[in-house]
Amino acid sequence: MSDISQTATLQGKPQPDPAGPAVAAMLEELEEGSSLWKDAWARLRKNKLALTSLFLFILIVLFCVVGPFLSPYDSQAQDLFVGAEGPSAAHWFGTDTLGRDLLVRVMEGGRISLLVGLVATTVSLMIGVIFGAVAGYMGGRVDAAMMRFVDLLYALPFTIFVILLMVAFGRSLWLMFVAIGCVEWLTMARIVRSGVIGLKKQEFVEAAVSLGYSHTRIILRHLIPNVLGPVIVISTLTVPAVMLLEAFLSFLGLGVQPPFASWGVLINEGQQNMEIFPWLLIFPAFFFALTLFCLNFLGDGLRDALDPKSAKD
Amino acid sequence: MLKFVAGRLLQGILVLLAIYAVTFFLVAATPGSPFSSERAIRPEILAQIEAFYGYDKPVFERFMTSLGNALSGEFGPSAVYANRSVTDIIAESFPVSLKLGALSLLLAMALGIPAGIIAAVKRNTWLDYVPMSAAMVGICLPTFVMGPMLALVFGIILKLLPVAGWFGPEFWILPAATLGLVYAAYFARLTRGGMLEMLNQDWVRTARAKGVKETTIIWRHCLKGGLMPAVTFLGPALAGIISGSFVVETIFQVPGLGQWFVRGALNRDDFLILGLTVLFATLIVIMNLLVDIVQVALNPRLKYE
Amino acid sequence: MAISKIQSFTRFLLVALLGGLIAACSGGERETDRAAAEGILLFGNGTEPKGLDPHLVTGVPENHIISSLIEGLIAYHPTDDLIPAPGVAESWESNDDYTVWTFKLRDDAVWTNGDPVAAGDFAYSWQRILTPILGSEYAPMLYVIKGAQSFHAGDTEDFSTVGVRAIDEKTLEVTLEGPTPYFPNMLKHYSFFPVNPRAVEEHGGMTDRQSGWSTVENFVGNGPFKLKSWVTNQMIEVERNTDYWDNETTKLNGIRFFPIENPSTEETMYRSGRLHLTSTVPQDKIPSLQESVPDQLRIEPYLGSYFYRVNVTRAPFDNPKVRQALAVSFDKQLLVDKVTKGGQAPATGFVPAGIPGYDVSTKVQYDPELGKKLLAEAGYPNGEGFPTSEILINTSEGHRKIAEAMQAMWKENLNIDVGIYNQEWKVYLDSQSSLDYDLSRSGWIGDYVHPTTFLELFTSGNGNNDTGWANPQYDALISQAQLAKTEDARIKALQDAEEILLTDLPVLPIYWYTRVYMKDTQLRGWEPKVLDNHPYKYVYFETN
Repeated sequence: MSDISQTATLQGKPQPDPAGPAVAAMLEELEEGSSLWKDAWARLRKNKLALTSLFLFILIVLFCVVGPFLSPYDSQAQDLFVGAEGPSAAHWFGTDTLGRDLLVRVMEGGRISLLVGLVATTVSLMIGVIFGAVAGYMGGRVDAAMMRFVDLLYALPFTIFVILLMVAFGRSLWLMFVAIGCVEWLTMARIVRSGVIGLKKQEFVEAAVSLGYSHTRIILRHLIPNVLGPVIVISTLTVPAVMLLEAFLSFLGLGVQPPFASWGVLINEGQQNMEIFPWLLIFPAFFFALTLFCLNFLGDGLRDALDPKSAKD
Repeated sequence: MLKFVAGRLLQGILVLLAIYAVTFFLVAATPGSPFSSERAIRPEILAQIEAFYGYDKPVFERFMTSLGNALSGEFGPSAVYANRSVTDIIAESFPVSLKLGALSLLLAMALGIPAGIIAAVKRNTWLDYVPMSAAMVGICLPTFVMGPMLALVFGIILKLLPVAGWFGPEFWILPAATLGLVYAAYFARLTRGGMLEMLNQDWVRTARAKGVKETTIIWRHCLKGGLMPAVTFLGPALAGIISGSFVVETIFQVPGLGQWFVRGALNRDDFLILGLTVLFATLIVIMNLLVDIVQVALNPRLKYE
Repeated sequence: MAISKIQSFTRFLLVALLGGLIAACSGGERETDRAAAEGILLFGNGTEPKGLDPHLVTGVPENHIISSLIEGLIAYHPTDDLIPAPGVAESWESNDDYTVWTFKLRDDAVWTNGDPVAAGDFAYSWQRILTPILGSEYAPMLYVIKGAQSFHAGDTEDFSTVGVRAIDEKTLEVTLEGPTPYFPNMLKHYSFFPVNPRAVEEHGGMTDRQSGWSTVENFVGNGPFKLKSWVTNQMIEVERNTDYWDNETTKLNGIRFFPIENPSTEETMYRSGRLHLTSTVPQDKIPSLQESVPDQLRIEPYLGSYFYRVNVTRAPFDNPKVRQALAVSFDKQLLVDKVTKGGQAPATGFVPAGIPGYDVSTKVQYDPELGKKLLAEAGYPNGEGFPTSEILINTSEGHRKIAEAMQAMWKENLNIDVGIYNQEWKVYLDSQSSLDYDLSRSGWIGDYVHPTTFLELFTSGNGNNDTGWANPQYDALISQAQLAKTEDARIKALQDAEEILLTDLPVLPIYWYTRVYMKDTQLRGWEPKVLDNHPYKYVYFETN
């Protein structure tokens, strides 16, 4: 969503020089990389906000993944006689309009939302990295054609496409994840491509080429590992974007379908009743916002840490 | 430069053509028709309606007709809304979206850019964390939560602003604020990143070593370059706001384009979908071109490729 | 660009400040009070109308607007849906068996373009809606007229075969297929509304679907109001038509229709004093509104039935015992009390209450023990071996909640697992009509106050049957009702037909609708009506 690299032609600036030695053996492992990671970790540790975010995020994930096992309630069990009740000793987060325990629904909703974020991001990661790396490595006409394709997808109005994809694939949770992932890979592809273009000219890649390694091997073993930094950053930022997108779809009623309920679904339900049953909005919205906060700050922190000079999206 | 612009425009036209084709066939492949209705329509009547809009023809023939019409600037009637051509719909709602978009972007920049600058200058201190956290609120809460909350507070409780509608300037404030908060976060983040990059440059260190005042460094030397990412983002942001403000438009009853994007898709109103797609793509192409030109103007070291 | 942006930004700031000041100074005078003083009704109308051509639209919001602009032969009565009020026709009579009707048109009825409303205009209009290439969805309403169906099916192109005749300028004679004493009440429906032939011909002709006659510039009507302005997605305004024959009765000076789709937005607008009427109320807010503003929350009976269609062509639902078991094993009372919350009545039959002279069936009662027994008899004792099946719903919070409650109740009472399958509206419609579902949520609102409008749905071959169910005995009873010489015999036949429907149960009745909306306390002359039609000329404000 937050793509700013619309102008790839003007960007292609070189990545930090990995100072690669021209010896094949040294190409095999990323020793050079490991010190890069060490530096990055040192920088990240200085960023208290990012560290706190990481810690909180881990807590939230534990809460969602482990929580439901500890709860005495079933997220589907209704009690129409009870209906919506505020927080109490029995139901810490209260109950929803059908009398279901909100705590366990928030925890299970978190699983779904995080899963949407993860799966869709993984899909976008795989498409984006491979597409970007191939385009950047091949260069020339192939690159031009592939990047025009990306331009084309960028210029498609995303709302219409997501709706049409959801209408066609809404049935299956997994297909839905994939559909979202399919519209989110563009930024990734651009970033990876410009990274690869920068690396391609460097000695260690030229060495690999002269040693007769296959294109696939060079791309997979030498190029992609060296653009991991930006890739991780973008991924961290794609997860919240995807979660927001899922929430938007929930607003349209096209999000996750029962018996599942994501945070987006819960928030949308809560939003409609925010004055009479405020807890229905407050709890899911709190966890949703906190997760997004954490991921965004973590992403920004990682970007600062991994690539201190380039801070563009 | 002329050559550059002409080349980009030519590319843009090719992109538009391709997009037209992709959209057309995607809509054709999506289940449901603009004419499905809760009350059953007799098949022979349905056939009449379909013939009226040309749906009885084979898909490829329909595509060629529709493309021909589009090239002559006529996207045809809406298949769902009587007496309204796609051009009418766009002409009516586009200015509204443009106004809403411009206002929210201004607001977003007014909040986001200063926050980003402060955060970059005071990196990793509370002056970094607090403004960034504040700016981030807008992207951590979905607009369909933020909007009703603002309406509740400013419309119902404080009775300061109208809660919905688009009848005059006081009606613009809440929707623009809701959208602006979302984009403020992006501007803050981009500005912070851009400023950091500038502040870390070698010549800045040299200047500091020479004893140039910090404020001079920031205002004179870094600001221009540091704002580049934010400027680059303006184009896509405006296009995104125009097509993507559906939630805000629904909540605040704003008669903009965003509603039509969703409605067109839900109604399978092909002509409308195609018209909107072309409009959106054109906007993107033009915005990107403008952004490139502005970038070069801001940073003479870049050259047109 | 930059300069204009700066200007507009300054302007925006100024306006923001001023707006706050004005609002603070004006002491919050409500828009509703101001409008009431001017005699203008602010009307929450749900959604943007798809058009204003009475022969081409099908929706409720369209109806709300069109009925202020055009008047048919018979008009709605302000309080009683069963009484035909004089509209363009000042008097009417039928022959003894209610098959030939003669309408005498009033002399002072005129179109807004100055033409008198003539009998020929109705003949023209009905020919228009029945012309196949116009593709009107509501044309089947007119099949009650002799020869209308075959003309609409394209069997003949000669309109003189249809039983509509303008005897002279002011006399219209209509011949029907069968005896229909309630025909005048059917005429209130907008599919029977006239259009102005001159206007239609000027803007594309009789059969042009995209004819421009019904746009704001060209609209010609004959109702108590005329179209003033139309801003898409924002507002349609109508103003008093002083040439209307009964202008003396009209009290309002105008109506503003606001197309507000989001119920929460509509509710906040109402609360902040920008609407006199809402189209709906968010479900979960009903109980608290009932307590806080009982004088403004309206809950009124509405002639509609909410039910699940059952696909009788699929196992295990081809077994009537299974359908019966499902029908008795959910607690309707609990559902309407705790889920829908809008005072709906649990449906013990298919035809809703509110039709005078027709006794509501009480056949389908909640009885989980009977349900268990029936399911066991069908071969699924305690739900064992019952195949997993699904309730098809269209995307909506409300439908989803009902389905979730049904799911839980069937699980508890019958120990069967039923899933929920949500489809976006258009896809849902396709699935339902192609019988690609197990159970499908449905609703039906009556077009006129007679059980026929509900029961004819499930005759075999009816386009809206959508269940695969066909019963020759049922079909025979419905056509017997259509030809019955007396109303008693007709009602008897229809009641017998409903008995068959409720024994075989291709539908599971759930509840009968209510209209739930907010109404400003100053509004008068807006009475509860089972068809939700409130003739605007009787509406007025009593400012306090």
